[in-house]
Amino acid sequence: MEFSEHIKTANVEDVVLRQPLHPPSRGTLCITGHHLLFSDREEGSSRQVLLLLRNIDAIEKSVENLLGYSGFFSKAGLSERTSGSSGTITIKCKDLQVLQLDIPGMEQCLNIAHSIETLSCLDSVSEMYPFFYRPADLSLQDQWGLSSPESYYSQMKELHGRWRLSSVNRDYSVCPSYPPAVIVPNSIDDDTLRKVAKFRQGGRFPVLCYYHRKNGMVIMRSSQPLTGANRKRCKEDELLLQAVIDGSDKGYIIDTRSSQQAQQARMTGGGFESKSCYSHWKRLHRQMERGKALQESLIKLVEACGDESNNMDRWLSKLENSKWLSYVQTALSTAGLLAECVERDGHSVLVHGSEGTDSSLLISTLAQLIMDPCCRTLDGFLALLEREWLQAGHPFQQRCAHSAYSHTRLQQESPVFLLLLDCVWQLWRQFPLALGFSEALLLRLATEVYASDYGTFLCNSDQERCAVGVKDKTHCLFQALLRPREKDYYSNPLYEPTELAIWPSVHPQSLQLWRGFFLRWTQQIRHLEEAQEEIRNMVIEWGKLALS
Amino acid sequence: ETKKRMPESTKEHRVEQVRLLDRFSSKSTNGTLYLTATHLIFVESSSNNSTSAGQEIWVSASGGDCSAGSAGCPLVIQCRNFRMVQFVVQRERDCHDIYSSLLRLLRPVSYEDLYAFSYNPKQNDQQREEGWQLIDLGAEFERMGVPCDQWQLTDVNRDYKVCETYPRDLYVPITASKPIIVGSSKFRSKGRFPVLTYFYQEKKAAVCRCSQPLSGFSARCLEDESLLQAISKANHNSRFVYVMDTRPKLNALANRAAGKGYENEDNYSNIRFQFVGIENIHVMRASLQKLLEVIGSRPLSMSDYLVGLESSGWLRHIKAVVDAAIFLTKAVTVEGVSVLVHCSDGWDRTAQVCSLGSLLMDPYYRTIKGFMVLIEKDWISFGHKFADRCDQLDGDPKEVSPIFTQFLECVWQLTEQFPQAFEFSEWFLLQIHEHVHSCQYGNFLGNNQRQREELQLRERTHSLWAFLMSEKQNYLNPFYSPAYSEAHPVLEPSTLPYHFKFWRNMYHQFDRSMHPRQSILKTILTLRENSRKQLGVTPVATSDPPAAPPTRVQRSNSNTLPPRPDSLILGAPINHKEVQRHEEDDEQEEVGEEAMESTDTERTVEGSSGTDSRKQSYGELEGTYNSDVAKEEPAVVSLEFGVARMTC
Repeated sequence: MEFSEHIKTANVEDVVLRQPLHPPSRGTLCITGHHLLFSDREEGSSRQVLLLLRNIDAIEKSVENLLGYSGFFSKAGLSERTSGSSGTITIKCKDLQVLQLDIPGMEQCLNIAHSIETLSCLDSVSEMYPFFYRPADLSLQDQWGLSSPESYYSQMKELHGRWRLSSVNRDYSVCPSYPPAVIVPNSIDDDTLRKVAKFRQGGRFPVLCYYHRKNGMVIMRSSQPLTGANRKRCKEDELLLQAVIDGSDKGYIIDTRSSQQAQQARMTGGGFESKSCYSHWKRLHRQMERGKALQESLIKLVEACGDESNNMDRWLSKLENSKWLSYVQTALSTAGLLAECVERDGHSVLVHGSEGTDSSLLISTLAQLIMDPCCRTLDGFLALLEREWLQAGHPFQQRCAHSAYSHTRLQQESPVFLLLLDCVWQLWRQFPLALGFSEALLLRLATEVYASDYGTFLCNSDQERCAVGVKDKTHCLFQALLRPREKDYYSNPLYEPTELAIWPSVHPQSLQLWRGFFLRWTQQIRHLEEAQEEIRNMVIEWGKLALS
Repeated sequence: ETKKRMPESTKEHRVEQVRLLDRFSSKSTNGTLYLTATHLIFVESSSNNSTSAGQEIWVSASGGDCSAGSAGCPLVIQCRNFRMVQFVVQRERDCHDIYSSLLRLLRPVSYEDLYAFSYNPKQNDQQREEGWQLIDLGAEFERMGVPCDQWQLTDVNRDYKVCETYPRDLYVPITASKPIIVGSSKFRSKGRFPVLTYFYQEKKAAVCRCSQPLSGFSARCLEDESLLQAISKANHNSRFVYVMDTRPKLNALANRAAGKGYENEDNYSNIRFQFVGIENIHVMRASLQKLLEVIGSRPLSMSDYLVGLESSGWLRHIKAVVDAAIFLTKAVTVEGVSVLVHCSDGWDRTAQVCSLGSLLMDPYYRTIKGFMVLIEKDWISFGHKFADRCDQLDGDPKEVSPIFTQFLECVWQLTEQFPQAFEFSEWFLLQIHEHVHSCQYGNFLGNNQRQREELQLRERTHSLWAFLMSEKQNYLNPFYSPAYSEAHPVLEPSTLPYHFKFWRNMYHQFDRSMHPRQSILKTILTLRENSRKQLGVTPVATSDPPAAPPTRVQRSNSNTLPPRPDSLILGAPINHKEVQRHEEDDEQEEVGEEAMESTDTERTVEGSSGTDSRKQSYGELEGTYNSDVAKEEPAVVSLEFGVARMTC
């Protein structure tokens, strides 16, 4: 295997591992193509720590060559030349865990560090661990995924009158980031769609992503129209949108940029739907942070959580300065607005920002959770993620290449999906009975999205996943999460389905830091987790008894 | 039916067509306002629900201020339970009448004017007496193992002669003679000499409390030194005692100039002196004021909120108190050293630290009964000045301070860190807070025991503890695990800043739109009880099989005045469901706005055509919409969004 060329030292004895929530332990460190394996060699314990290299965000090494100070150590120092030097590697993981390895021998230490650095950020998707992971209880023949536009369409009988399933994108030529099948108005033919696609950034023409059974209104999403500085028009685009609200007086467009940003986008060929050309559509602008700003926010927040100065003012000031909670608030309130338009005002809505692959997905997902009880079960939620994030073309590989600790220059990284999970957690806090899944699921997803044994979050789009054979050669995380034991663990024992919309409160006083994630490696949170686990078991027990 | 439930005295003052505004949403309700001697009651028109706020209401300076040409005269009322109500009264004259009546009623001159003296829950004298006997501090000291070979009960204060703000029964080291005690009391501010408040049997270490010594720059007192020596000698595990001065060093230094101060380590053998740095009552009052200003403003962005939270300093002060309690706990339980705690007068910070420390050390205080005992001991009997701090009579505003509220919040912060360690839920803390201010029960009236005896409170008023005990099942924490307490008798909380949270259910208890829309508390309690029934387990002796909480009507029938818990309801649109919700705190069965309208499902959709739909407002949509689009494409102002904004 080619990995071997990156591994100069595969085994080191007598390594000390320091890990949060555990006492330091001494043992053997082993490095493979995808993992760091530490086995405790101490009496009476056989702890093994298996760390996916992909999970490593940054490493810091410090070596001490004690021979350099031989003057001081002249008596004891020279006796063992090889162990006279040692090094420490600090490993910062994408799941926010920080580990430390004390490795005897400077050279070994540098070799290990070098291997980790190289192997943890190999670019080639098909060499990643999911392609090698073969658990005994899963088969590659199993169905991959839970949902598809085709199955969604066939289940939603109500759609069939006015909407059709188009396979205009069957070879990904119209829009590379869309799935092969999309749902569009019945009256719009594939030729028109092709023209609309040329008028939308990245070919992301407006498609249906949610149908509200209560009143037949829909959520569409797309990318920005390419009006440019000359205010170009596209008759087909206008036609398509008109077909969406056919029979209704108006629709809303929620633009996830400020109107100023939308204006500026025209200078670079983008733009927005002007009132004059789309007279039945009302645009609402809500500025949502994305890209670099969001990544920097995460970095600042994680830094604040690691601050050990024990000073309340400093903590609150850093928390504020990170802006993370502001972004949570904006995301939830924009999603609330979207749901409000559909559910309360009874109008269809088109959502987009610029590319339509980040904020748009964020708020359409949240709005569906708010309105649609089907999305709130464990299966329903995973299917929603599959439709709205994986099939809708959120570029996971680019967005989640690095997390909060990385020193490398940031490119396309942005924790949009993490922001989504945080928002869902806030919903879950406010409606502890209405969601069918547990906080553990959100934590699991937050880990898996950055480093996983499964192929689910690989690549940037459906097309790319097909090209490397993700669906044939890797296992599906969502299927794995629905195995009986996992399903039990990730279910909410208090779940009581409700048909009603769950409107979150977005007052700052109602939102909280997601301690379970951001502080998950602290003793107190671990303690709370244990307590919650016990409580959970109690509740399950009571539930069984009450039913019996 | 409405009339039936209205107390007779409501005829006193009645104003029709009053609008009640919700401060965090654009909702409003029309109704009639009644003012009685003890309550202000708002009854929504065409509805049979009444709401009332109690004696604790006070009117903010802005109340009654009328703006010209407006559609009515605003009346803003801020309650001590952090409820804020805004009325709009049609006629300016009516508004002023209510305003001035309230001002008069809220500033009673004598204790006899307080609600406790007229509150009559239809109990006979024997029941009342039994209620007062529920908590027995003598028995509590016995539980701790006192008196014992090192500690004894002294009768030196039997007639409140030595210290009039202490209780009659005090526990001191056996080697402390009367002359020593009397001598020491003369050297301590307000005569509050060192006495025992908690005894940690396992290590024979004592928690003692007192006020600051009158040491000035150089004064000393041999009796005081002997008393501290005696406290030290009473603990064979350690050769010294800690003296914890809970003030910041600077404050203690300043006190020296006034002939007060702190212990000089050179004069006392075997003490280790330590400042803790909790701020004084004035800083705490200002801090809460600041906090309330921040969270009361609308709309509040996340940044404003966090910046405001920081600059109010409130959580910093909460953390300081918990830090001090942890210091105390470690000294006693880990080192086995006795600790003497004081501040200036020894009735504010000292009460906070001693009680919170005891709560950390002793699982008993984390039970419902034990918590009552703790408050009775460290706060009521040792003379925390509830009357002054909670402004029961028309007193000095500089004496008012949220010291007890802080204590309750510290306990809440601990319950968040240790969900299984407490027998009671948050609702219990909120109820206690409510009644400390309601003056409906006699427990917290006055400033000290002597005063309470003079007022004959046991004969003339009822005890809160009996009432709370009778509703015990409403206050249970379903996650409480006695096994956990056995395994973790001493709690070791973390005071890293990020473990402290804003206590929304205290400071926004009545702001409906602020709360999570579902509470698991009730669901889980019900689930647990159902499962017990299945098992055939007879509930423990003290708690009867949990009956459904009494409905509003049931309660009202037994009283002339609306009973206290119901007075929590004064706000937001009211329907039957809403009333139930408030009775059970957050244990709502409803789901957000939607459920509120679920009796009238059509409205959700119908709402789209009117301002109704803007009930749930997601931020400043209107503003962005108007300003952003206006520049390029004028005159596209959505009335629906715009109008809603105008009205709020």
